[in-house]
Parts: sequence; C-alpha cells; structure tokens
Amino acid sequence: MSFDWLVPAILTIVTAATPLVFAAVGEAVAEKAGVLNLGVEGMMIIGAIAAFATAVSTGSGLLAVVAGAAAGLLLALIFGVLTIYLQSNQVATGLALTIFGLGLSALIGHGYVGKTFAGLPKLDIPGITSIPVIGPLLFGHDGLVYFSVVSVIAVGWFLNRTRAGMLVRAVGENHDAAHSIGYSVTLIRLAAVMFGGAMAGIGGAYLSIAYTPLWVENMTAGRGWIALALVVFASWKPWRAFLGAYLFGGITIIQLYAQGMGVHVSAQFLSMLPYIATILVLVLISRDETRARLNAPACLGRNFHASG
Amino acid sequence: MKFPKTLPAAVLAAGLALGAAGSAQAQLKVGFIYVGPIGDHGWSYEHNQGRLAIEKALGDKVKTTYVEKVPEGADAQRVITKLAQTGHNLIFTTSFGYMNPTLRVAEKFPKVKFEHATGFKRADNVSTYSARFYEGRYVVGKIVGKMTKSNVIGYVGSFPIPEVIRGINATFLAARSVNPKVQIKVVWVSSWFDPGKEADAAKTLIDQGADVIMQHTDSPAPVQVAEQRGVWAVGQASDMTHFGPKAHLTAIMDNWGPYYVARAKAVLDGSWKSTDTWDGIKPGMVTFAPYNKAIPADVVALAEATKKGIVDGKIHPFAGELKDQSGKVIVAAGKNADDGFLAGMNVYVQGIEGTIPK
Repeated sequence: MSFDWLVPAILTIVTAATPLVFAAVGEAVAEKAGVLNLGVEGMMIIGAIAAFATAVSTGSGLLAVVAGAAAGLLLALIFGVLTIYLQSNQVATGLALTIFGLGLSALIGHGYVGKTFAGLPKLDIPGITSIPVIGPLLFGHDGLVYFSVVSVIAVGWFLNRTRAGMLVRAVGENHDAAHSIGYSVTLIRLAAVMFGGAMAGIGGAYLSIAYTPLWVENMTAGRGWIALALVVFASWKPWRAFLGAYLFGGITIIQLYAQGMGVHVSAQFLSMLPYIATILVLVLISRDETRARLNAPACLGRNFHASG
Repeated sequence: MKFPKTLPAAVLAAGLALGAAGSAQAQLKVGFIYVGPIGDHGWSYEHNQGRLAIEKALGDKVKTTYVEKVPEGADAQRVITKLAQTGHNLIFTTSFGYMNPTLRVAEKFPKVKFEHATGFKRADNVSTYSARFYEGRYVVGKIVGKMTKSNVIGYVGSFPIPEVIRGINATFLAARSVNPKVQIKVVWVSSWFDPGKEADAAKTLIDQGADVIMQHTDSPAPVQVAEQRGVWAVGQASDMTHFGPKAHLTAIMDNWGPYYVARAKAVLDGSWKSTDTWDGIKPGMVTFAPYNKAIPADVVALAEATKKGIVDGKIHPFAGELKDQSGKVIVAAGKNADDGFLAGMNVYVQGIEGTIPK
C-alpha cells in the first residue's frame, strides 16, 4: 500500500483543526477568568462573515483576519457588558449570543452569498517548501496556521508564567479574594472575554477565507460547540486543547480517507468516531481527579458583584 | 408582496395576518414556505425562482407571498395555517419535513389547495411533486465517464437514502456505458450542508485519485476545491460556475417554474385535482447549467443525445437487465425499473466497489 496520500491527508487535517484551535484557546482564557461564554459559535460566524466581506472588498487577507478578530471581539464585548456589568446569566446570555450571531451574520452576509475570494496565500519558500514530505508539512501552510501554533504557546506561557496571567487565573479561582486585595475583577474578566471573542473571530475568519473561501449561512456548522467541549476535556490547558483539536480534525479526516479506501464500517459510526475518540483521549489524560479539579476554575460561570 | 429577508417566521406570520385584513380577493393568492433562506444558492433559491415564474407568467391574476427559513415542525404548521387564514388559495410547502404539518392544516382548510414537495402523503386538497434528479445524473454520468482520465469519479454523499443511492447508480451506469474502466468512489459526510466537511471529502477523493468531483450535498465547497486542485466538478441544484469557472462541467438543476405555473393555472380555471407528480427532463423540471467550454464537442453531442433519448422515452437510466452487487437481477431484461423500485432503491448496481453504509 502506498502512503502518498499521507502528506495531503495531514495537510487537510491541519486545515480542519486550525479553526478549532483558535476558538478553543480563546475560550480557555475566558473560562480561566471565570466566565463561561457559550456564544463561541456566534462569535465564530460573525468573524467569518466580517472577514469574508473584508476580503472580498479589499482583497487583503491580513485586513480580513483583523476584521474577523474585531467582529468577534465586539460581540464578546456585548456579552461581557451584559454578564459582567449587568449581571445577566452567563449560560442564557451565551446561548442568546450564538443565536444573535447566526442571525446577524445571515443579515450582513446576504449580499455576499455566491461571491468568491482566492483564499489566503500559502507559505512558499523556494527550495524548502518543495522538499518531499517535510517541505509541505512544515513550510507549506498559510499564515494563520503558524499563528495558531504561536498563539497556543503564547497563551500557555501567559497563563502560567506571567503575573497578568496569574491575575486572570486568580479572578477565575476566587473572585472575592482577588477583589479584596484590590484587583478589578470586572476589568480582568472583560479583557479575557474580549480576547476569547477575538480568537473565536479569527477561527471563523479561517473558515471563510482559508478553509473554504466562500460565504454561506451557518457555515461554522457547529464548530463553536466542539471548541467549547474541547476546552472542558482539555482541562483548560491550551496545549491539550490544541491536541484535542488535532485529534478531532485528524479522526474526521482519516475516517473520510478510510471510506474512500473502502473500509467497511458504517458511516454513522465513522462520523461519531472523532467525538468519541477526542473525549476518550482527553478524559484519559486528565483522569487524575484531584488534579482535574484543581484545573477547573472554581468561579467558572459565577457572576461577581462587588457588594456581594 | 415581499418581506424583509431575515425577520423570524413568527413575526412574518403576524405581518401576514395584518396585511390581509383589507385586501380584495379577486386575485389568486399563492403562498410559499421555504426551509432555507432564498440566498442558499440551492434548494430554496430554486423554489423561489419557481415563484417568480408564476408572477411572470400570470401577472395580475396572481399575488404571491413567501416565508423563508421556516423550521420543519410546529413553526411550519403555524406559518402554513397563517397563509391559509389570510386568503391564500394555493400553498406550496417546499420541504420533506413539512409533510405532516401540511396535511394537518389541509384538513382544516378543505377549500385551500396544497402542494407538498418530495412527500408521499396526499389528500383531496394535497398534491405531491418531486423531480427525477436521477435522469440528470444519468446525462452527467455520460459526460464524466468521458472526461475522466484517472477513471475515478469522486462522489460526496450526504446520507445513504434511496434518493442519493439512485443518483450514484445512475451516474455509474451512464459513466460505465461510455468508459468500461470507470469506477466511482463515494465518501459520506453525514450532512446535507457543512461546507468544511464537504470540502474535506472532496480533497480526500482527489487525493485518492478522483479527477471528477460530484456531490449530493448543498454547498458549493466541493466545486471550489475541485477548482483549486485542477480537477472537474459537477454542481448541485443550481449553477455553481462562478465557484469554479474552470472546473465546473455543468450542474444538474431543479426547475420548478413550469410545474408551479401549470398548477396555479389549474386553480384559476378550476381544473386542479390532487395528483402525484414525479417529473424529469422532459417537462423541464430537471435542467442543466451551461456546459463548460472545455468539454469536447462529441461529448456534448453524446450528452444531448442522451437527454433527447430520455425525453423521447427511448433511454431509461434503469433499463434492464440490471444486477445488484451480489449478482441478483433487480431489473429484468427488456423492462424498465418501475417507480416503486426507484423510490425504494437501497442497493448499488453491479460494478460499483464498496458497500452502502447500513
């Protein structure tokens, strides 16, 4: 059996995993700060249409990514103001944010159905990208793929190695304590939520300008929800969320290849496989119960009020 | 009358009630409900084209209304009821999942005529209609059989239901008839609409040697992938040329206009009866997007001849003798498959490799 298909398969896996990496890493930061934002799907789709609209009208991939991030951030800001300042319920507001995002993106996107965009350029270093196997695998992606890897490392470093990251974790663990020693719980949370929104927006932008460079309503097709689940199964660790995204993307793609090769397993089972495998692996690597509990932000989903 | 495009169905339904209060009833009012947005570039878009065809053909004699993005289920029943209450005499419910809601409303409004797409339950005032898409697949099968160099046709499938299996079989039979080496490779994505996954499936198929991508899913993503990778593609439901100007060979399209106009006329002259319509290329319910200029003239001629043969009744895509993969005869020699067999088709024909997922 030839393995020629392996390199293109891995390239496809990378594109399938990248939007999930962005969204999951962003949400991990928001949740580390104690805010459960179920609006990831909504922020992704808004990012997708904003990026696509910008790409079509300016032709610039970079501007498109910035627009996607900004759109996700703005939507997150609405969520932040509602939940952090106006004390609305995080779960209900997050769900509403998703519905709002889907509807708003459809409204904005009405004129963009059927438009096309060439897609983000791929890195191409003469003489290096053409090296067999390693060339395309390491040096043949678009810029956002490299940025997603950098963002995982940066967020991991930020949360665990910096003072600001410690503050984010502190307000997520015990907002009363953080407040009592003089830190602004509301501001830190708002910043974390907005970061999460921007990352989800970039994830959505990846879908509409790199993965499948087109706009159709509801094109995120549930990826925001998968990203949310990845955060929990990754026990809020960015590198594990990254692993989970690649595992999920990987098995999704491998099962398509398996079908093409005539592996006789029911399609329904194969479609289910990425979910099961991802949950299983992430549960296994975080099965130490005490440590898992230590990882979960203690104030996750609880609103904070200074008078409280 | 037209409505703003993104208001929720419930608001639109309320608006309908108000709008109808003072209107005169001289015209025939025709209502439509769509499952998707009319901008979906596929299913609902084509139904809306049918609505516009009625307006164009019958002018002042009709007035049309549509409500888009109506979820299948309880919402649908509310919207259909509202349309019936507001003086619509003919209502098209254009998705399979509207079947039971349509029948329930029809029972309460015996004077209103209903037309339900793709369903199988009828009543005295409920007709059903659907398109013989497989005839289009058969014509396209001849083209792709000729165009493939690698002899592998990639097929992005949604769900293994008779409608989809019929399309795969029709494509394969036609392709084989012009190219004995051709094989068809099917990848199921378990969704009607997921651009990312449809694109992944297309990439997978191309990596595994396919140089023509066909699809029975709704987004233009597979066509786009084919364009990027420099292989051929066939569009689905509407013309997808501009998603892949080089790749797009043609598309098999629904054309509901002629049927819709005929049914509206039938209501106007009082001849409307409950019927079950399953039309194909001949009455123009299944049509094709313009052929890609890269298709050689002899292949275009072959496609046209096949089309003509189907129209004349000389060619039937499922003419006997046909065997399934196990070698059992499923259509006897000298016979054509009957509609009952077609509607329930759940086996691949002999020659297709791979199995249908259970």
